[in-house]
Amino acid sequence: MSDYAAGAQGNYLQKEGRGGILSWIFSTDHKRIGILYLVAILSLFLVGVTLGFFMRLELITRGPTIMAANTYNSLFTLHGVIMLFLFIIPVTPSVFGNFLLPIMIGAKDVAFPRLNLLSWWFYMAGAFLAILTLLIANGPADTGWTFYAPYSIRTGTNVTLALSAVVVLGFSSILTGINFVTTVHRLRAPGMTWMRLPLFVWAVYATAWIQILATPILGVNLMLVVAERLLGIGIFDPAKGGDPILYQHLFWIYSHPAVYIMILPAMGAISEIVPVFARRTIFGYKAVAYSSIGIAAVGSLVWGHHMFVSGFSYTAGVYFSLFTFFVAIPSAIKVYNWVGSLYKGSLEAATPLLYAFAFIFLFSIGGLTGLILGALSLNIHLHDTYFVVAHFHYVKFGGAGFGFFAALHYWFPKMFGRMYNTKLANVALLLLFIGFNTLFFPLFVLGFQGMPRRYYDYLPQFTNGQLISIVGSWILVAGVILMVGNLIHALFKGKKAQANQWGGATLEWQVPSPPPKENFEEIPEVKYGPYHFKRD
Amino acid sequence: MFGATSILGKAIDSQFFIITGICVALFSIIIFLMLYFSFKYTRKKNPNPTDIEGHAPLELTFLGLSIAIVLLMFYLGWGDYKTIREEIPKDALAVKATGQMWVWSFEYPNGKLSNTLNVPVNKPVRMNIESRDVLHSFFVPAFRVKQDAVPGSVKSVWFTADKEGTYDLFCAEYCGTNHSAMLSKAVVMSEDKFNGWLEGKAEAQAAPPPPGAPTAKGDAKKGAELYSSKGCVACHSTDGSKRIGPSFKGIYGTKVKVTTDGKQREITIDDEYIRSSELTPNADVVVGYQPIMPPQKGILSDGEINSLIEYIKSLK
Repeated sequence: MSDYAAGAQGNYLQKEGRGGILSWIFSTDHKRIGILYLVAILSLFLVGVTLGFFMRLELITRGPTIMAANTYNSLFTLHGVIMLFLFIIPVTPSVFGNFLLPIMIGAKDVAFPRLNLLSWWFYMAGAFLAILTLLIANGPADTGWTFYAPYSIRTGTNVTLALSAVVVLGFSSILTGINFVTTVHRLRAPGMTWMRLPLFVWAVYATAWIQILATPILGVNLMLVVAERLLGIGIFDPAKGGDPILYQHLFWIYSHPAVYIMILPAMGAISEIVPVFARRTIFGYKAVAYSSIGIAAVGSLVWGHHMFVSGFSYTAGVYFSLFTFFVAIPSAIKVYNWVGSLYKGSLEAATPLLYAFAFIFLFSIGGLTGLILGALSLNIHLHDTYFVVAHFHYVKFGGAGFGFFAALHYWFPKMFGRMYNTKLANVALLLLFIGFNTLFFPLFVLGFQGMPRRYYDYLPQFTNGQLISIVGSWILVAGVILMVGNLIHALFKGKKAQANQWGGATLEWQVPSPPPKENFEEIPEVKYGPYHFKRD
Repeated sequence: MFGATSILGKAIDSQFFIITGICVALFSIIIFLMLYFSFKYTRKKNPNPTDIEGHAPLELTFLGLSIAIVLLMFYLGWGDYKTIREEIPKDALAVKATGQMWVWSFEYPNGKLSNTLNVPVNKPVRMNIESRDVLHSFFVPAFRVKQDAVPGSVKSVWFTADKEGTYDLFCAEYCGTNHSAMLSKAVVMSEDKFNGWLEGKAEAQAAPPPPGAPTAKGDAKKGAELYSSKGCVACHSTDGSKRIGPSFKGIYGTKVKVTTDGKQREITIDDEYIRSSELTPNADVVVGYQPIMPPQKGILSDGEINSLIEYIKSLK
């Protein structure tokens, strides 16, 4: 492949037109939109971390410590809404999908650049509405991020506004999904066959289908709650003739597949990082690619495992448990293949690979404890306890979150043309890893002992576990600050990065860092698979 | 504190250890291989990597093994779920558990009410779980049982406690401000002791007045019992401290502002207002409080309401 010089185009970061903020927030360049998402999402992530930090801190003594029960309830609701709907669901597809997907398949932009900009504006509008719930009368929603009826219908807090925020965010997600599916189908460069797609593209593609198919159900469901609150139509509240279990079905039909929206793109990033730093092709390309589709498909049929003790039918419980176990298989295949790809490789212990190892470690714990929870009789005991809280933090933060951090350290030099301090990045990883496990591992034990989730207060036997966990939250926050600080410093003061910083074989590494405005001087012709590394 | 104290709970624990054991083994293999390869195939030790695109027999073996392992786990979890959900013994002691914000109450077949769940040891107990307002969840970790309380329907779960003692009882489904205070105890006692308790104060419970009988007279002492057994205590204090609802202390005879059909008006708290607050609590809501009190129609008899009125009057 030829060497693409930046040439006359200049790179996408260079001043365009009159420049200034307007040349960013109204840009239809997929790379600039990716950066817009990165700034917005990372800021909200830091808000979410702060909320989580104070939630933990409140539990440092039994009884009221630094806030009232109502404040605590609003805090965990907002922590959930921000971390899920504003951070982990959009982060990897919206930031790296936007920035990289067109370059990786040899396109100049996504299929619908203006729709892409609209998605970002929907995201900002949703974020604005979510923050607004804090500022107006009645206070932020206190329902938990699940908004279970009938409590969500009866509480006097700003539930209607919070639900509207989530619906608006849903539009952002759907439009992004439509854009990516069309882009992958229509804009692949000559020679970029489906079996030559980088695995990150496969993962984002599978994710996009879930975004398109599942998100509308959540929107409809939440709008029904709004209709019930404002108009008094009895859909979910039994006092008006409704059915609260119907709400749970409609909620989880989206919100379980949403877990795969979070984790699939992160898995995609790991599937890029492992072969590049092992300098060998991935083990079982087809298995990894198809398992993304498998996860998306089977993952849409398991939502009822959130409802084993809701009182729905026995038969439904058996069915949902069986499919829950099946969805573990494509995830397991991916883990086998990542580990298999290390075999007879030539490993470079670079920062992104270390983050990927942390991902594999934490995600495996999250996934395997999911099997414990998927077993029907065990679920009866563990449901709605700290065990579940620990499990989903291992999957969503340890998995999707650390996967995002890995991706950030892998593609940072490409996106900004500068390198961060790798020593500090590794120290940050160590802090994050230790902090994360100290924070969340004790919750498995507390959960098995019976500590219910969403508790403002706790009984004396849970004190030690709570304290260890709180200390973990401090270490974790230190790690987040060091990681973000190191990257921000690199943005301005970092050494210049090379075009192909890590020796990758995918297309984004064949263009300069940062990439030119139009990505390519001319559309490349692809002759090899994504992990075909040059041999000396 | 870790071991189960019910018969099914012990079975569930053994499955927990089998399934967790398999998971720990799988995790150890994955992490061991990851670390082993990372140390064996460093760039220094192995500068020339080998591309291996896949290995069909190996991949299919892993696929087959994975399917077998997850099916085994599924099967282990299924068995006891079936027993818990589908095979409730016919002779089980039926206890009605009612959740409301933020208190549990338990009613026994003879009409006895209690705020703690007293059960006999080694006898199957069937909990018939209901809710008066929002979702709650009946959870006794020591027995390994949990079941959501869903307003508008009755959900059942059962257990056989096999060790005497006092165990924690939680609400496990988030239900609002004082969710974490919706606690009680499950007390497992010998059958004799349980029967003594069950019959002991049974006569103190007033039988419901026959239809057409004159309205029962109130009794402040009985009102005080109802105040805790019916869960008023969760929201209304008797010492003037602020909870979700107004405190009962000295409230009788005072004037308060209420919202009726969206308009504010001033009323005096008298027998009639307390009665209407019990039966149709959201008709006149005191300004500054949320309209969240569950209606007590069909739950409290006229006599019981009168007793509560006398009790509130007595709180000066």
